[in-house]
Amino acid sequence: MILPLRMEAVSFAAGGRAIVGPLTLDIAAGPSTIILGANGAGKSVLMRLMHGLLDPTSGSVVWSEGDPGRVRRQQAMVFQHPIMLRRSALANVTYALKVAGVPAVERELRANEALREVGLLQVANRPARVLSGGEQQRLALARAWALHPEVLFLDEPTASLDPSATREIETVIKAFDAAGTKIIMATHNLGQARRLGDEVIYLHQGRVLERAPVDQFLSQPGSAEAAAFIKGELPWV
Amino acid sequence: MLSAIAEGLRLVATLDLRLWEIVGLSLAVSLSAVIFATLLGLPLGAAIGVSRFPGRQVLIVTLNALMGLPPVVVGLVIYLLLSRAGPLGELGMLFTPAAMVVAQTVLILPIIAALCRQAVEDAWREYEEQLRSLGVEGMRAALTIVWDIRFSLLTAVLAGLGRASAEVGAVMIVGGNIDGVTRVMTTTIALETSKGDLPLALGLGMVLIAIVLALNAAAYLLKEAAQRRYG
Amino acid sequence: MGLICGFLLGLFASTSILAQYQFITVASTTSTEQSGLFRHLLPIFEKSSGIQVRVVAVGTGQALDMGRRGDADVVFVHDAAAEKKFMGEGHGIAHRKVMYNDFVLVGPKADPAKAAGRDIVAALKRIYDARAAFVSRGDKSGTHAAELRLWSAAGVDIVAQRGVWYRETGSGMGPALNTASGMNAYAIADRGTWLSFKNRGELAILVEGDSRLFNQYGIMLVNPTKHTHVKKEFGQKFIDWIVSPDGQQAIAGYTIGGEQLFFPNATK
Repeated sequence: MILPLRMEAVSFAAGGRAIVGPLTLDIAAGPSTIILGANGAGKSVLMRLMHGLLDPTSGSVVWSEGDPGRVRRQQAMVFQHPIMLRRSALANVTYALKVAGVPAVERELRANEALREVGLLQVANRPARVLSGGEQQRLALARAWALHPEVLFLDEPTASLDPSATREIETVIKAFDAAGTKIIMATHNLGQARRLGDEVIYLHQGRVLERAPVDQFLSQPGSAEAAAFIKGELPWV
Repeated sequence: MLSAIAEGLRLVATLDLRLWEIVGLSLAVSLSAVIFATLLGLPLGAAIGVSRFPGRQVLIVTLNALMGLPPVVVGLVIYLLLSRAGPLGELGMLFTPAAMVVAQTVLILPIIAALCRQAVEDAWREYEEQLRSLGVEGMRAALTIVWDIRFSLLTAVLAGLGRASAEVGAVMIVGGNIDGVTRVMTTTIALETSKGDLPLALGLGMVLIAIVLALNAAAYLLKEAAQRRYG
Repeated sequence: MGLICGFLLGLFASTSILAQYQFITVASTTSTEQSGLFRHLLPIFEKSSGIQVRVVAVGTGQALDMGRRGDADVVFVHDAAAEKKFMGEGHGIAHRKVMYNDFVLVGPKADPAKAAGRDIVAALKRIYDARAAFVSRGDKSGTHAAELRLWSAAGVDIVAQRGVWYRETGSGMGPALNTASGMNAYAIADRGTWLSFKNRGELAILVEGDSRLFNQYGIMLVNPTKHTHVKKEFGQKFIDWIVSPDGQQAIAGYTIGGEQLFFPNATK
């Protein structure tokens, strides 16, 4: 198990500006964690610090597993805009499996299983880049599913999608959750937070202002900024 | 000018054997050089494109500058290396088509590597986060991107092919322009010009241009078809 | 990576296979090549001996340099003084005289310097006095060396006394003639190249037949003691053939428009 994750006095600055931190966080297995905050609050940077795409300027990000290879392989991330290779949908998934060291004989099997899970089996052999935005995002989730990660990061996965595509994505995320994957998701969409999340971490100008169960945060926010955010009145930072 | 075109058509129509031997050798040498330069240059350029290390900027500037290597200088250096009096004399490669391939490979390697570096670096901006998230880094990332943008890289390869088939300085010096052995289109054109047979030289020139045009057209159509298919 | 190594190995292998195929490398001059002599001569030798002759045609200076480096098996040039020096330095052995052709003075038909006649030295003097446009090869070739000797004979120290009228192209005979044709200038050329030169413009032969325009060709084997890889048997075979009655006859048999270009004069 790579969880729990401990972030100790982590901060991240770029171009002389402090973007995130200092903050100290423990992420445990179990509840789906939603990271909420206005644009520019630092949600994306925080996720990238957790996932290892960015190194903190100070402080430490420590998983409960010593082997960095295992730490890497037990995580997956889905971005707001899915990045697909110029290959078939199936090939995109088998590529990820190959990189993860899955033996050749297993790859196609697991890839097809993942595509079936997200409902894309019928387009397995279509070039990934000709699929619709919603389909590509589902494909990104299939790619993550095939890896059976312990933790799944999602950075505003439905921000660019229409409501029906959004619903399809949310269905898959729920399936991940049901299968035991830890969900860590950044979103703007308060309804989505309620539908998918268990706890909320609320970020304001790079600092953790609140951490509470979803329902409690949405009905009784502890800070003025959070209240304003929920009311949709928070001015752009 | 008209007599040149007439001469060119006559050469092609009469299926002059010597002409086709020369054309065949030109294509063999330049295409071989392009293949080698591509096999070496794409990974090299891509590796630079995805990595960060001290001195990278200097390396990129140098690579870009090497695109302008004068062919005759490359020819001279390779000649000195391959000469019996030189370090690689034992190979006995001087005045053979192999030497010409080596010289042209050296000449166009920077072109392919530099253009690939630029294309890969641009693509890396798009792919970096997702690939690193999947645990893909370094050479593996470089080659994945190269394969993904392969149709755009075709332009870099064609630039190399153009340079190779057009140059005369390098192949003249290392090949020796030996009748029937190392004589290619460009050296023949140079020879006929120096003999004062200008219509023949121009005619050959037109054949050369036509061939290069045909290669480029074919590559372009291939690229268009593939882009439509893969998106 | 393995693929690349495979390709390269194949390339080098094919090079060494080629090396076993019977051929010699002859360093010769552009004027000999461009006159078309080799295209006439070599197939005859190749048929009777089975040895392919690969001619690298460059200026005399470069041909001798090739011999010094060991990049050729045989050297076949036309500059007696340079050949003697080459032999003296120990780079060449088995020197034989092969043939001669002559140089001609070409120039504009209008002949502004009044150079036409049978006396080359007088002609050059007149060209100098008139400061008429003159194109020189300037490339250390046999032709260039001959040209310099003739200026000297005319009493002109060309290095010191040259001016804008004297144009050095640093090139082979053909390009030099192209330039002369374009500029309507005088030039000294070997008859062979002139006869096959197609871009004459206003130029014509103005001086010929002077014995000082006599151009002797010599052939040498590159010293196999100095360069152990030299194909001495095949090279010697070629030399022996070219001075033999068969070879000499083949040389005499080469004509352009009915005119013989080269006159065999090998001695025993």
